[in-house]
Amino acid sequence: MPPAAELVFDRVTKRYAGRDAAALLELTLEIPAGTFCVLVGPSGGGKTTALKLVNRLIPFDEGDIRIDGRSITGLPVVELRRGIGYVIQQVGLFPHMSVGENVETVPRLLGWDRARRRARSAELLELVGLEPADAKRYPAQLSGGQRQRVGLARALAADPPLLLMDEPFGALDPITRHRLQLELRRLHHEVAKTVIFVTHDIDEAILMGDRIAILREGGVLAQYDTPDAILAHPTDDFVARFIGEDRALRRLALRTLDQIPLDPAGARDELPHVSDHSTVRNAVSLMLEAGVDRVLVVGDDRSERGELPFARATELLRS
Amino acid sequence: MGAVIFDVANGHTFLQGFSFVGDHPGFLAHKALEQLELSVAALAIAAAVALPVGIILGHLHRGSTVAIGASILGRALPSILLIAIFLTILGIGFVNNMFALAVLGTGPMLTNAYASVDGVERDVTDAARGMGMSGLQILRRVELPLALPLLFTGIRIAAVTVVATAPIAAIAGGGGLGDIIVNQASYRLQGVLGACYCVMALSAGVWLGLLALQRIVTPRALLTRVPMTGDN
Amino acid sequence: MTAAGPGPVIPNFGQASACVTGNNLFCWGWVRDHWGDTLEPHLVQHAELTVVAVAIGFAIAFLLALVSHRLRALDQPIAITAGLIYTIPSLVAFQILIAFSGLSNTTVEIPLIGYSLVILYPNIAAGLRSAPPDVLEAARGMGLRPRQVLWRVELPLALPAIIAGLRVAVVSTVAVATVASLVGDRGLGYPIFQAMRLPTPFKTEIYSAGALVVGLALGFDLVLVAARRVLVGWAQ
Repeated sequence: MPPAAELVFDRVTKRYAGRDAAALLELTLEIPAGTFCVLVGPSGGGKTTALKLVNRLIPFDEGDIRIDGRSITGLPVVELRRGIGYVIQQVGLFPHMSVGENVETVPRLLGWDRARRRARSAELLELVGLEPADAKRYPAQLSGGQRQRVGLARALAADPPLLLMDEPFGALDPITRHRLQLELRRLHHEVAKTVIFVTHDIDEAILMGDRIAILREGGVLAQYDTPDAILAHPTDDFVARFIGEDRALRRLALRTLDQIPLDPAGARDELPHVSDHSTVRNAVSLMLEAGVDRVLVVGDDRSERGELPFARATELLRS
Repeated sequence: MGAVIFDVANGHTFLQGFSFVGDHPGFLAHKALEQLELSVAALAIAAAVALPVGIILGHLHRGSTVAIGASILGRALPSILLIAIFLTILGIGFVNNMFALAVLGTGPMLTNAYASVDGVERDVTDAARGMGMSGLQILRRVELPLALPLLFTGIRIAAVTVVATAPIAAIAGGGGLGDIIVNQASYRLQGVLGACYCVMALSAGVWLGLLALQRIVTPRALLTRVPMTGDN
Repeated sequence: MTAAGPGPVIPNFGQASACVTGNNLFCWGWVRDHWGDTLEPHLVQHAELTVVAVAIGFAIAFLLALVSHRLRALDQPIAITAGLIYTIPSLVAFQILIAFSGLSNTTVEIPLIGYSLVILYPNIAAGLRSAPPDVLEAARGMGLRPRQVLWRVELPLALPAIIAGLRVAVVSTVAVATVASLVGDRGLGYPIFQAMRLPTPFKTEIYSAGALVVGLALGFDLVLVAARRVLVGWAQ
């Protein structure tokens, strides 16, 4: 299998009997290979439905879904699913199998021999941040965060080119959730698979996504673009309200201070200091708190990188 | 040889059992009543012991081993053995069988009494305690009404178990329809079968009668709830 | 049953001990002497009756549970039928069956199979349903076929309930099998029954046979508990 697959939704419609509004209405999305695409929206927006159409847990009524150009209806469904990683909120680890056995499930279905399965399982456990000894433990003995890591390892076991994730961090406490979000993002930089990630949390979407697809109620696509573009130019009131009135600040949170032009450092010491890894938004927040209109940006080695004037933040928003 | 001799017959006799019932209604009714008497006495004793113990243990959320042990013992102790043991202790007649059947009926009643009260949702009892109700008030006003379905199910199971086992007691002088069933020589096969049908009808009647009683006694709001399967 | 007196249970060759003739509470001597000819054979019979009944009952219950797992509509009818079978008192069941199949092992086994079937079916059916929905969804989503989901996920997860049901079924069957003695010389109920019908019920025989019955039930239970520990290690 290629490392990452292109996924295309082509005017996909899904209706449920007895309901007037469609669950999904002519959804059209092109997701290039290797993209981390987040489906976000209020409940009733059809994002989980769209996800489950891809591995045919739910059948669609009209339109088509293609992976690398091939329609998903052209394959036997079992074969299709074994080539797609699937992670759900409750994880669904098999309680009667050890962690290792859980991870090895799809390789076993595909007929890999024992040695290959074991090696792959060890590799994946390390990748998701677990200990080799964890392979012998049972799901009941793990914490929520650990279970979700195993769920991820299990989904990646057969190296699928496409990964579906349905609110995987929704059931975790905020600290664990944030940690796993960052780790997943790092993982995605290493292992650039195509990921479809469903969430109702716009912050999570902005943090994780290369592209974001916002679905409104009734399964209609409201906007599909990079986080920055959506924050800068929401297409309509719905999107604007969904991303929040503080979208300007969120945009500033997308940029770190080491990525933008700074003024040369002046001689004043009274300015608040901020690390160059920090975001423009944090710098602005510091300015407001201290009652000043610029901050001093410093590197890890305590060297002065420059000054950030408040006006620079406004300029950034114009671009 | 102390063999128990039975007559082997065909399906025709099967039906003749019914005609036996038709021919001797008064006699069978008398025997059935005897059996009911024995059963009711046994159940009364069982209830007097099992219900208070089970309810109190459940209220205190203690002694689950006792409750579980009671149910295991109740299942493991064969009725014949119980009857035999009490026979050796108390001789033949009404009383020994009454006690044997009482022991039999205690198991399901105790287990269900315990499980029903213990199983009332903690949120509910905590709220009651928080409102200032005493233990006894909680028991009377909150736990018992909520426990009623499962509790009554235990009583029903015990009742049917006792009524259905009573015929065996005839061996030890218990009387009732069992007298006919174990005495094929006198009553012939159709008599035995007829008595059997009566026993089954009696059990079914007791089950349904108590079910109706349970419906009447259960608070209206609980009627749609399915009782947890505590036993059987 | 005949109203005539039973045959001698105590082979009284004029050598009965004082314990026996006095009908003391428990005569070890008698137990030792009659282990071979009375107690042990009946114990073995009893164990055989139980194992056969539970094995066949389990097989039938298992098949029925698999069927109703696929066709949920069948669950209610099967459960109701089972409930009705359970209400038939054992004595009555034996008596009615004698009319059809005589004093054979079949007559004894059919009600025993019926009762264990009745206990096992709800347990197996509930066990099969006990797999959490997210586990089933993950299994389907990963590409397991329905049959693979059944064998690799649902059945293993049903084992605790199945073993619990087996424990109840075995213990109940051991108890009910004592009534089989009324159909003839089978099982530990027979010595008890014989001893009961003597002019003075013979205590030692009753208590020793009774102890064996309870011991047999506990023995089977312990075996199943051990099996549970081996097979279901993942449930704590």
